[in-house]
Amino acid sequence: MTEMTDAGVWQEVPSPFCGIASDDLIIKVEGNNVSIIENGDAVTKKGFETPITDTSPRVNGKDVSLDEAVTHIADLIRTSKQPVIGGMATDLNGARSAMALADKSRATVDNMDSEAGFRNTLVLQDTGWMVTTLTEVRNRVDLLLIIGSDLESEYPRFFERMVWNEESMFDQEIESRQVVYLGKRPSGDASTSPKGKKAQVLACEDADLPEVISVLRALVKGKGIQAEQVGDIAVSDLAVLAEQLKQAKYSVVAWAAGHLEFSHAEATVQTVCEMVKELNLDTRSSGLPLGGKEGGITVNQVSAWQSGFPMRTNFNRGYPDYDPYLSDTARMLENDEVDTLVWISSFNVDRTPPQSNAKTIVLGRSGMTFAQEPEVFIPVGTPGIDHAGRAFRTDGVVSVPLRKLRDSGLPSTFDVLTAVEQEL
Amino acid sequence: MLTKLTGGRIYDPANSINNEVKDIYIRDGKIVSAPSDGQFDKEIDVRGKVIMAGAIDMHTHIGGGKVNIARTMLPEDHAADVVARTELMRSGCGHAAPSTLTAGYRYAEMGYTAGFEPAILPINARQAHMEMGDTPIIDKGGYVMLGSDDFLLRMMASNGDQEAINNYVAWTMTHSHAIGVKVVNPGGINAFKFNQRKLDLDEKNKFYGITPRDILMRLATAVKELGVPHPLHVHGCNLGVAGNLEMTIDTMEGINGLPMHMTHIQFHSYGTEGDFKFSSGSAQIAEVINKHKNITADVGQILFGQTVTASGDNMRQHAAHPFASPNKWVCMDIECDAGCGVLPFKYKDQSYVNALQWMIGLETFLMVDDPWRVFLTTDHPNGAPFTSYPHLIRLLMDKTFRNDILSTLHPEAQKASHLASLDREYTLYEIAIMTRAGAAKLVGLADRGSLSVGAGADITVYTDNEDREKMFTKPDYVFKDGTMVVKDGEIVEVTWGTTHVVKPEYDNSIEKSLKPYFDKYHTQKMGNFKISDDEIVDDGRGSITVQPLHAGGKI
Repeated sequence: MTEMTDAGVWQEVPSPFCGIASDDLIIKVEGNNVSIIENGDAVTKKGFETPITDTSPRVNGKDVSLDEAVTHIADLIRTSKQPVIGGMATDLNGARSAMALADKSRATVDNMDSEAGFRNTLVLQDTGWMVTTLTEVRNRVDLLLIIGSDLESEYPRFFERMVWNEESMFDQEIESRQVVYLGKRPSGDASTSPKGKKAQVLACEDADLPEVISVLRALVKGKGIQAEQVGDIAVSDLAVLAEQLKQAKYSVVAWAAGHLEFSHAEATVQTVCEMVKELNLDTRSSGLPLGGKEGGITVNQVSAWQSGFPMRTNFNRGYPDYDPYLSDTARMLENDEVDTLVWISSFNVDRTPPQSNAKTIVLGRSGMTFAQEPEVFIPVGTPGIDHAGRAFRTDGVVSVPLRKLRDSGLPSTFDVLTAVEQEL
Repeated sequence: MLTKLTGGRIYDPANSINNEVKDIYIRDGKIVSAPSDGQFDKEIDVRGKVIMAGAIDMHTHIGGGKVNIARTMLPEDHAADVVARTELMRSGCGHAAPSTLTAGYRYAEMGYTAGFEPAILPINARQAHMEMGDTPIIDKGGYVMLGSDDFLLRMMASNGDQEAINNYVAWTMTHSHAIGVKVVNPGGINAFKFNQRKLDLDEKNKFYGITPRDILMRLATAVKELGVPHPLHVHGCNLGVAGNLEMTIDTMEGINGLPMHMTHIQFHSYGTEGDFKFSSGSAQIAEVINKHKNITADVGQILFGQTVTASGDNMRQHAAHPFASPNKWVCMDIECDAGCGVLPFKYKDQSYVNALQWMIGLETFLMVDDPWRVFLTTDHPNGAPFTSYPHLIRLLMDKTFRNDILSTLHPEAQKASHLASLDREYTLYEIAIMTRAGAAKLVGLADRGSLSVGAGADITVYTDNEDREKMFTKPDYVFKDGTMVVKDGEIVEVTWGTTHVVKPEYDNSIEKSLKPYFDKYHTQKMGNFKISDDEIVDDGRGSITVQPLHAGGKI
């Protein structure tokens, strides 16, 4: 449990900032200053240590009371014909309040990382998948295949915690684990084993990945391939990889959907997932979709259980209406389909709302700066620092309890949105 | 405020009251005795109406990871049953995998006031409670799943003593806020991770050398010794496999008299006779249940149409994946703790197997003599959505209706079943046992399922109707903790139920082995695994009700 041992020092603090939700951080709090003493990395350091600047809500650039800001938001939403609740970077109760408000105000909900998230969701809804979770990886993986992703840039401690841990529960020799990158090269050495064994890299351009993955799947299925080269990769190398996958007892095929930045990447994710299913006819293999930083998984989960549908659902007609294309709010904003945007971004000061002509309300992390001042800005607390909360990890199974580490007085997203809903 | 329900016909098996006209008084959420001065504040005339306690669904998948995967996977199923917002109610969706909000409303509309999620993975318990926390009106709770978790299997492999296992079971129940313990395909979910594709009752896990029989015995003993009222809740080996009948019988007989609940037993009652090599084993199963008073069962009735199957049994779900309809499915290995599998499925009345499954379920209901030991479930949503309960009740209460449907089903299946010759029709009193008094006793709810003075005022009032489906679809009134939440089948007030748990005692020294286990092998700290009471109470909408234990102690 997250707890304060010495004055101001918190043990076992979970991070909601990246999808693997490491919960072994030791954090020191002095007043409003937070610093990670142990087990920090680039992502969590920024996440926890970003200082508080603004504490006052603003309407049209002028400081106002929280009540005035809430009333102003309620007025904007009441008169809106097409409100959007976007961003949705928040915790469990923030998501609950956003869904309640969307339902009442007939808004559309979407998450700032939906572009990436839907590369997975569309596959889940079309053909499904076989996937695993982080503790299984930590104890069982013998071959880790990484598709088109540079994991350590976004999940700096993934290898330390899930691959190069000291011991497996099942007598596996950790050093014998194999790591193969297909597509992108790793940006650093996190994937190198403790004794210095480097990951194997079969590099290709992102644009070639769909073809490369299709060939790999065909080889796993035992189909003959005429070509000798696909992308920049020799088919013979892919044949070796296919054989490795078939021989492995518990291979894990990981990808970070956010790194698959090419058109219709969901089709490639689907090919990967179908290949994993086919491997399971004889041996065990699992997919591992990595994502879900800053509340991305949490809000999709809450949306699914409260409405039946994930993000990109609108309530215009009084009931949930899911459409991953029409309710893509980036597209809606670009097309001027939105008159009022509520942008929730409580984790990361850099995640500001997209430029648009909509009247914009930001519930943002303190310290956020804007190219164009929004009509309303309320600096809100960050879950797991300024208020308690809960957040899901990338696997959508494990969730972590977030603690209040300091008394900044910043309201939570839940507080603000619930107050708005009550005014409607 | 004192409310009087005047002149109803009471069916209250907990007090052996069978169709007697009595008044009921409600104050502060409880049933109270008649006031000595005869004064009351409000009277509701229920003369001629049928009155029962609120119904309790003792096995329904309403919250947790696999249910939410099912929801996310099935936008096309929801689209046919989206539910608009009203003044009182949030929008949502219904059918196979309803939204939490709609599930709560619909349960209440049918006169149900409690539902128990039977498969809470310890590591996913936080999510299960979040979802149940967003399920309005009804009370809830759940059974925590053990038996494929590596911590237990490691203890067993190293011959850990029973007391240590009891401590672990109680610790897990406490920190996941459970009211019972479930085992799913005992050890099979774990064995699947080692690429074993089936696991018979006496077959060893490749790594641990432990058999399902060992696991059942250890867990059933733990539950009994800890004094947990709900017997070990067992989803047996080889679900859905033709010929699993014998193993199911062996499972029941082999537990040596320990209390054990066999869940969705319909899926475990299959023989291999006939041209289709698939036959009904319900007669043998019912005979064993009738003989062994330590055994209870719920049926897991299937009904025809589209649904989705969501199970912890990823070994069996993986084997069944060719039958997914529409063709999409999910299997997961989960956290050295458990697993899950989700497959949409369409039961067809012109399929021999599906038709016979329908008959096997009904045969089981009709051939188990004691309604206190058999329970009305569809294993929602695996056999059918819970909204089909009124239809199922009519099938049990109306032989003509049952046989009319039977006569339309796959002709070879009709020949393979003797359902048409079973004359039994359930009475209202027996329905009240199965869905109220018996269910409360089985789950371990001391203050629910009865109309006793002092019980929580969860009350359902029906208009008697020969068409039992109509009668049970739309009660006149439903009271939840004394508040009228339904009138004429419509929600009139939205309340929030409690979460029922038990708190068995244990020696906290179990944490001396659990903490290093979490540190070394897990990706979450032991302390963060534990769910605090605050998380369930949340912003004040939720609450925890601790139910009493039985006398435990060494067997």
